[in-house]
Amino acid sequence: MSVNVRVRGGVGESIRRVDGLPKVRGEFEYASDLHWDGMLWGETLRSPHPHARIRSIEIEAAQSSPGVRAVILGGDVPGKKTFGLDVQDQPVLAFEKVRYMGEAVAVVAAEQREQAREALKKIVVDYEELPVLSDPERALEADAPKLHGRGTNIIRTLRILHGNPDAPADVWVEGFYETGMQDQAPLGPEAGLAVPAEDGGVDLYVATQWLHVDQEQIAPCLDLPIEKVRLHLSGVGGAFGAREDLSMHIHACLLALKTRRPVKFAYSRQESFHGHVHRHPFRIWMRTGATRDGRLVNVQARLLADGGAYTSTSGPVIGNATTFAVGPYEVPNARLEGTAVFTNNLPCGAMRGFGAVQACVAFEGQMDKLATALQMDPIELRLKNAMKTGSVMPTGQPVRGTAPVAELLRRCVAMPMPAVEPPLDRDPMRLPGGAGNVGHGEGVKQGVGVAAGYKNLGYSEGFDDSSEAQVRLAREGGEPVAHVKTAGVEVGQGLQTIVTQIVRTELGVERVVLDPADTAIGSAGSSSASRQTMMTGGAVQLACQAVREQLDRLGGLAKLDRPLEATRVYHHRVTREMDENGQGDPHVTFAFAAARAVVEVDTDLGLVRVLQLAVAQDVGKAINPQSVVGQIEGGSAQGLGLALMEEIELKDAKVRNASFTDYLIPTILDMPTVVSDLIEEPEPGVPFGAKGVGELSTVVVPAAVLAALRQATGRELSRVPVKPDDLIGLRPSPGYRTPPP
Amino acid sequence: MVIKVTVNGEAREADVWPGTSLLTMLRDDLGLYGSKNACEQGECGSCSVWLDENLVCACLVLAAQANRRDVRTVESLSHNGAMHAVQEAFDEAGAVQCGFCTPGFVVAVKDLLDRDPAPSEVTIREALSGNLCRCTGYEKIIAAVRLAADRLSPSTP
Repeated sequence: MSVNVRVRGGVGESIRRVDGLPKVRGEFEYASDLHWDGMLWGETLRSPHPHARIRSIEIEAAQSSPGVRAVILGGDVPGKKTFGLDVQDQPVLAFEKVRYMGEAVAVVAAEQREQAREALKKIVVDYEELPVLSDPERALEADAPKLHGRGTNIIRTLRILHGNPDAPADVWVEGFYETGMQDQAPLGPEAGLAVPAEDGGVDLYVATQWLHVDQEQIAPCLDLPIEKVRLHLSGVGGAFGAREDLSMHIHACLLALKTRRPVKFAYSRQESFHGHVHRHPFRIWMRTGATRDGRLVNVQARLLADGGAYTSTSGPVIGNATTFAVGPYEVPNARLEGTAVFTNNLPCGAMRGFGAVQACVAFEGQMDKLATALQMDPIELRLKNAMKTGSVMPTGQPVRGTAPVAELLRRCVAMPMPAVEPPLDRDPMRLPGGAGNVGHGEGVKQGVGVAAGYKNLGYSEGFDDSSEAQVRLAREGGEPVAHVKTAGVEVGQGLQTIVTQIVRTELGVERVVLDPADTAIGSAGSSSASRQTMMTGGAVQLACQAVREQLDRLGGLAKLDRPLEATRVYHHRVTREMDENGQGDPHVTFAFAAARAVVEVDTDLGLVRVLQLAVAQDVGKAINPQSVVGQIEGGSAQGLGLALMEEIELKDAKVRNASFTDYLIPTILDMPTVVSDLIEEPEPGVPFGAKGVGELSTVVVPAAVLAALRQATGRELSRVPVKPDDLIGLRPSPGYRTPPP
Repeated sequence: MVIKVTVNGEAREADVWPGTSLLTMLRDDLGLYGSKNACEQGECGSCSVWLDENLVCACLVLAAQANRRDVRTVESLSHNGAMHAVQEAFDEAGAVQCGFCTPGFVVAVKDLLDRDPAPSEVTIREALSGNLCRCTGYEKIIAAVRLAADRLSPSTP
């Protein structure tokens, strides 16, 4: 069976986005743009304390406040009182206790938004403040407060024993690394609109990453059968993991069902910082042993992730970080222990890179230390140990697919270096820190750093995150048109465009219409884990092939006289959980990348200018090359942000910078030119051989920037984001210290 | 209070609470949702509009300050399907991903090219440093500005 007609805009072409025109015109409807006649505005009262007992809540004054139609507290939730992706331990609205600053305590619906905000001020909550647990190492101690009434604060701990974990080595290097809490900071804030339905159910229009997992969590809390809670995708203004967990979803539905009116929520930026999970801060202790000629022999690692107040996806995040802790290298022996704990800090969960980012900062720091100890070129050391197809991970899982690690490193360092201008006679705008500082370039030093890394594609550890697609081919106005329905979420990554290209290639039909994503069809899984091209792309390909068979029996497109339709579900390879020694087959497959950063540091002022990022990425097959490069560039910016500026600053679990004035994300002046090189070695067993591309540059760029800063300053920098104080020695690196027991 | 304002060449009126920003009035009272609200403090540029020809963040301007003045929003740039060259260039260069920042960027880039038809890279970066994008890493936004500049001043050698 082959497609005879080649149509324009198929797989492999850099076609324009299918949602590009409405977006550039300002006509695309995001969740925060939703409006409905007669709708009410919802607002949320949040806890000012990171840990407190709720003695009482007075709502009478708020209820009689102008315009208010409903006030809802935790006790009013009709069904299950808690929600969560893995473990349902997060209250819909706090009852008994609050466990982080910003936790939702009450919601109000009013005719006007300002009326709802005024009513919040009239709710009186009597809190009894409790001891605050803000340090993840303290959380491990026997006498630490236990946040969830269990005997421990440990969310998950796993140990991987590989080969002979006591194997000796000629040379050992040791390091301690820390990563800060990063915010996904999608520009579109959390928003949605709940509309009560005549059947007693509710329709929720919302910006999310996975409609069905939201539906599964919302329905029990509303005490409604799942089919009465219908989710519809609204326009998503970026996600990056922030929309994996619920935010305003249940609150809007509760208020809509109570008032019998549509209710809209749209978070402010400050609220958004409290309203979603963040990238886990990690502390990583690592000892790396090698032979004198530079072969890795043994890695010993301890990883501690601060999960914050509720479970969210801490389990799989620490699972990822621990399984990837030795990097994309062949290591015959290892002892790796990962633990995620509860604290009263903001809950942490998914963000682009999902545990692989933090691990990369540590293992690549170790590779550079080892190269120094062995007096070896750091690239040569990496090439000597690079994983390839057939290499075995510390979990015992072989790398079955393509693994061009050595090629990525070679191609990364082969990309042209940026031109260097003498600092003293350049436009001051191009000095580290820009114009207006006291320096004129006297103390500027350059550094170059390289990092390699890898990450899993799709969900791991036995999870079957399948995707369903329906394709309908019909003649409309004399022309064949393919209609595609999936619940796959477009977050900006370009899924809709990829799906359109796949349909054109598979069916030879140019006109493709995408039906709205909602829960009327089966789950597509999450738009995360670099999985949708493989999973929803795979489901669409299967459905197209089934339609194609029907079409062939009919005699081809010319004979299409009635609609042909097929629905198919795509499953990835079955994975297995790890045993008590961390052995198993937990991941579907992997993608790899290498990055080089070229930086300048003003060593008097501690200011940084990144001159260039060069990223070589293993993409399998680029279905839309422009879009792939766009993912690499955007992921690089988030990596640069983590390396240099982005951190939610917490003091005693209180957030100090919940705004874009205080939490800085890279601007166009912070970002350098990003050059990229795609390695297209088709991955066996996945549609078109295409690997997911969304996360890899974010995994490797922080480690590359950190390495470049070390080279420029000669300092042992071990924590991201690197601050000016670190670069001029005002905040000395902690050096190695013993991991907690 | 009642605000009378010319928006995209049309006389409009809205009855708003005195603390209402120009952005909130445009969106919630006048139904012009093209200007986006992403930070509410003038850091991200997603709500960029022209107030009497000056580029402003609509979230930092009170609706009352726009009384009897002229406001132009992103919606003024396309008519009956025809788009401005800056909009075409953003679409073609791949400068759009989630698109939430795009209307603000389109307005800011048009403003830049009206003032400087052939901006250098440093000028582009400086002019757009008040617009945040979280998806693209800005590389393709710079490409889009260059593409639009070329199309708008084809005579440049």
